[in-house]
Amino acid sequence: MKPSAKRIQSLRLIGGATALATSLSLVACGGGGGGGGGGGTSSGGGFDGEVKVGILHSRSGTMAISENTVAEAELMAIDEINKAGGVKIDGKKLKIVPIEEDGASDWPTFAEKSKKLIDQDKVAVVFGGWTSASRKAMLPVYESKDAFLYYPIQYEGQECSKNIFYTGATPNQQAEPAVSWLLKNKGKDFFLVGSDYVYPRTANTIMKEQLKAQGGKLVGEDYLPLGNTEVAPIIAKIKQALPKGGVIVNTLNGDSNVAFFKQMKAAGITPANGYAIMSFSIAEEEIAAIGPEYLEGTYAAWNFFQSLDTPASKKFTADFKAKYGEKRVTSDPAEAAYSMVYLWAKGAEKANSVDDNKVREALVGVSFDAPEGKVTVQPNHHIEKLVLIGEVQKDGMFKILENKGMVKPVAWNQFVPETKGYTCDWTQKRPDAGKFKM
Amino acid sequence: MNVLLDTLFNGLAIGSVLMLAALGLAVVFGLMGVINMAHGELMMLGAYTTFVVQNLLKNGPLEGLFPIYILISIPLAFLVSGLAGLLLEKTVIRRLYGRPLETLLATWGVSLILQQFVRSVSSAFFIGLVVAVALGLLVPRLLPAAWWRQRWSPLLGVGGWIGAMVVGIGLAAALGNQRDLHQPWFSARNIDVTAPEWLQGSIDVVGVTMPTARLFIIALTILALLAVHWFLQKSVWGIRIRAVTQNRPMSSCLGIPTEKVDALTFLVGSGLAGVAGVAVTLLGSVGPNLGGNYIVDCFMVVVLGGVGKLLGTVVAALGIGVLSYILGSGSLLLLWPQMPAALNETITFFATTSMAKVLVFILIVVFLQFRPAGLFPQKGRMVEA
Repeated sequence: MKPSAKRIQSLRLIGGATALATSLSLVACGGGGGGGGGGGTSSGGGFDGEVKVGILHSRSGTMAISENTVAEAELMAIDEINKAGGVKIDGKKLKIVPIEEDGASDWPTFAEKSKKLIDQDKVAVVFGGWTSASRKAMLPVYESKDAFLYYPIQYEGQECSKNIFYTGATPNQQAEPAVSWLLKNKGKDFFLVGSDYVYPRTANTIMKEQLKAQGGKLVGEDYLPLGNTEVAPIIAKIKQALPKGGVIVNTLNGDSNVAFFKQMKAAGITPANGYAIMSFSIAEEEIAAIGPEYLEGTYAAWNFFQSLDTPASKKFTADFKAKYGEKRVTSDPAEAAYSMVYLWAKGAEKANSVDDNKVREALVGVSFDAPEGKVTVQPNHHIEKLVLIGEVQKDGMFKILENKGMVKPVAWNQFVPETKGYTCDWTQKRPDAGKFKM
Repeated sequence: MNVLLDTLFNGLAIGSVLMLAALGLAVVFGLMGVINMAHGELMMLGAYTTFVVQNLLKNGPLEGLFPIYILISIPLAFLVSGLAGLLLEKTVIRRLYGRPLETLLATWGVSLILQQFVRSVSSAFFIGLVVAVALGLLVPRLLPAAWWRQRWSPLLGVGGWIGAMVVGIGLAAALGNQRDLHQPWFSARNIDVTAPEWLQGSIDVVGVTMPTARLFIIALTILALLAVHWFLQKSVWGIRIRAVTQNRPMSSCLGIPTEKVDALTFLVGSGLAGVAGVAVTLLGSVGPNLGGNYIVDCFMVVVLGGVGKLLGTVVAALGIGVLSYILGSGSLLLLWPQMPAALNETITFFATTSMAKVLVFILIVVFLQFRPAGLFPQKGRMVEA
């Protein structure tokens, strides 16, 4: 607004406009800060020191819808650890102090803010990222500065960095079991729909190879630019390719999902008409935003559902609701983000240091009783995950159809010819530990 | 034949969304020359109005009206967006007529403010804002009149607003401690607007599946178009608007209240954006970013159609709709199955939604090279141009 305001004749208007804009932004900041800072300062005394950690998610922009929850789950974990006495290093209790930055749904901003957190704030670790695009933007920063990023979201794999740990699923912990399940129970004809960026494209490349290997048939695929809401051409293609029903695998992210499901339902491409629709980016949170009635009867594969019936899962959900409100729901990304903070704290205690190099070495083999079950950090910097396939119910929760148990992570995909036979093991002292032939 | 009908229907469906979204902009941009970047956000206000109406009617005494809440939302959305547009015109745009680049920046700023507003508005925030604005407006009346004759009186105005702002923020912060008041009304999350049952299904007409939501939007678009056409051609104020568009000084001389005409034009354009907002809740997501998804397409339609001509907007929207459907769905392949392999490969390559969008843009750019003023350029003498 500034350049135009300069020439506005009336000073009073400038005053008014600035007052409005400032009050808007101030209250907005106040609201955000209130949500975030509320936890950190709850226990004051009893600590011998502090350890700073970075939290870097999009708190504004198109990804804020999803990433807010993840950041909240991380803050909740930090709060819990602090209440239990903080991180214990050398007999000293260190309080975890989160430093929050906003990635603003803009990938270069993620890299920039990472530099700030590492160089200026000297944080021990950064918990952050959601889209693969943001991770790909941050990766060179962490590798060049030899710093430490902890990333909580299911992703396409084909990556294994010394400086990044992952608590989200690799394709063999989400997409692959889901495709096998679909092939076995729902049909052989697959149509792939995704957003037009790195995750859906890579995930679909893997799925196509898997379909070839396991006797499925690809009848079509299409990609929608992020944020696009005109789905009519895709629906026409689905109808041509699958006139009598079949399997649709959906890797759309963000807003496009809403348009996709609303228009699919209107066009009669529904579970009732013989279409099995499997989504990889729709969790409880997204269901609430899209509306359960559009999604009822579709499937999703995740590593955690709020409906998972274990004491740890129920406690996690209850704690989350108590902290952030009764209407809120927990989801897979929130669970992964929550576990990630605990794993780091345990790694630091095992290393007896918060130095990021030592923590990274110590982390391999560390276990945590996560809401999904006991998870252990593997030599390839990923963790074992519980693989679940669920069906969306009327109330927006998932009915768990299949529980495949804990599955070990595979970073380099074994269906894709280029990476077949490769593995990653950072406990081995070799220069190519990130990717070498088994 | 079937493919042809299917293409026509879907093209019309896509085109009618574009047309409805662009109609308000065609009025504002076309008739007044204001580049209104906040047009998308005015649509968003319409969509949020739909959400509020839906929730009000879902439970409670008026439950019986729930199936037609979408019809009730239309006039309300027109009103809400129209009034927001009126406020925008009175406070910002009025001072920037004839400076299109500055309106562009100012309205873009307004669009950001509106987005952030729906994200963070809570009861506490709202009360604080209302109090701040009321105080700011009252300050001049409360202060001694003599002060306003001093040389530093402009500073007084600014000071008054700053004081009002501090009070407002303080109040909002104090009230914000209470959980009920602190709770955002909508928050940054997308909200769920569910179409009523009768708009969720589809009907089959000669082998073409027509979603009822699409039919509804097409009907709404036609109605809106007829209404705008009638308003501009037949009504007294419409004729005044056209007179002011063509020759402002002369209209003013003849006693047409040009300021009122400007305000009214902007109100109508903004209100139409609100109606478009209601329509798009049937198709896509509703969230603070809704406007951004449509604004580029809206400008594309208006520019391609030719600024200042409604007919141009209609033809451009339908053209873009049919074109992007044909390209995106690959239905050319079905129409002509025996085409040469090379051509087939080329078409298949472009038959994805992303590529279709690129192609449509390229075609528009090429077209504008030959017809820079669009499909139906304004003819005749324009005094202000």
